[in-house]
Amino acid sequence: MEPVKVKEKKEHPGLEWSACILRIRETRDRAAFAALFRHFAPRVKAFLMRSGADAAMAEECTQEVMAAVWQKAHLFDPSRASAATWIFTIARNRKIDALRKMKRPEPEDLPWGPEEEPDQEDSLALQQETEKLEEAVAALPAKQRELIEKAYFGDLSHREIAEETGLPLGTIKSRIRLALDRLRHAMK
Amino acid sequence: MIQDTIKHHLTDALLMAYSAGTLPEAFSLAVAAHISMCDECRARLGAFDTVGGTLMENCDAAVMSADSLDATLAMIDLAEARPAERDVPLGGGVLPAPVRAYVGGDLDSVRWRPVGMGVKQAILPTKGDATARLLYIPAGAAVPDHGHKGTELTLVIRGAFEDKVDHFGPGDIEVANEDLDHTPIADIGEDCICLAATDAPLRFNSWLPRIAQPFLRI
Repeated sequence: MEPVKVKEKKEHPGLEWSACILRIRETRDRAAFAALFRHFAPRVKAFLMRSGADAAMAEECTQEVMAAVWQKAHLFDPSRASAATWIFTIARNRKIDALRKMKRPEPEDLPWGPEEEPDQEDSLALQQETEKLEEAVAALPAKQRELIEKAYFGDLSHREIAEETGLPLGTIKSRIRLALDRLRHAMK
Repeated sequence: MIQDTIKHHLTDALLMAYSAGTLPEAFSLAVAAHISMCDECRARLGAFDTVGGTLMENCDAAVMSADSLDATLAMIDLAEARPAERDVPLGGGVLPAPVRAYVGGDLDSVRWRPVGMGVKQAILPTKGDATARLLYIPAGAAVPDHGHKGTELTLVIRGAFEDKVDHFGPGDIEVANEDLDHTPIADIGEDCICLAATDAPLRFNSWLPRIAQPFLRI
């Protein structure tokens, strides 16, 4: 695999993180892991704490999540997910396991082609899409963004959000729907 | 096992909650089983996971303990010293892979229990408030008329059924709430196998099943 061009990495910091995961996979690169850790571990920990873990448990789970990033690096495909998305799914699964004490049924994996290397252009395209979505999420009106965050971080159902915020269930559902419509529109 | 004839898909609310990891296990199973059969919902899930990744990356970072990185590297070294565990691939089958994992095999491993009128069920072991079961409905037979107190997800794995809402074929998932009383009837051509997940007991509308309900855990 050819190295990603330096210019592209500067313009798309997400590509730098993808490259770190690929370096872990190819050469068990500890420096790449340290860089990834410094960026993502504090965010994984924050996500777990907002989901209801206390600081000690969140710290322990975060270490497990980051160790899993190393161990599962061979499963990472930068043309299918950004580093942030992929690490989020590992952190989420750890949350279900450790906090909710449940199993996480995963969809059947798609059959992969004959050992195809992920295409550089596909990775770049995926990264650009991810950035577009990131901008769209950042641009959401505060009220909509808050509800989306609660849905992802708060470990709350719509009904529980209604109880916590005092908003009627219908308002919550329609705000989330509006937020998703906006995101969809931005991705066109 | 991917179907391109699917008409009934997952709702945004279900996909978002599955991505966020807030669904009861039985619902997660139904969602994972549908996605195993449906490329469209798999792609939509990818978008919801990306929202999750974006929110995580942009949240206010927490402070790690001082030895956190070293402790993690030590954990990695320790794991590498152990022989690697390989997941045994389950191979293809009639049931989607996440369902096979709960059954402990494919269709021939399901331990069916009769619930009357030729209909059989097998409850799958999930934790939490919702329950999941496989339903076997003989061709042309009906599941007793029932309503729901909560939400019921019904995924067609093989065959097809029809109720007053629509016709549901392989890969289709029906999302029914408390407003719907229905009598799903299997198509005449083939026995129908469904995965059903409910977050409240079904409410049967005739006298007998209501008595039977506590015993059958429907």
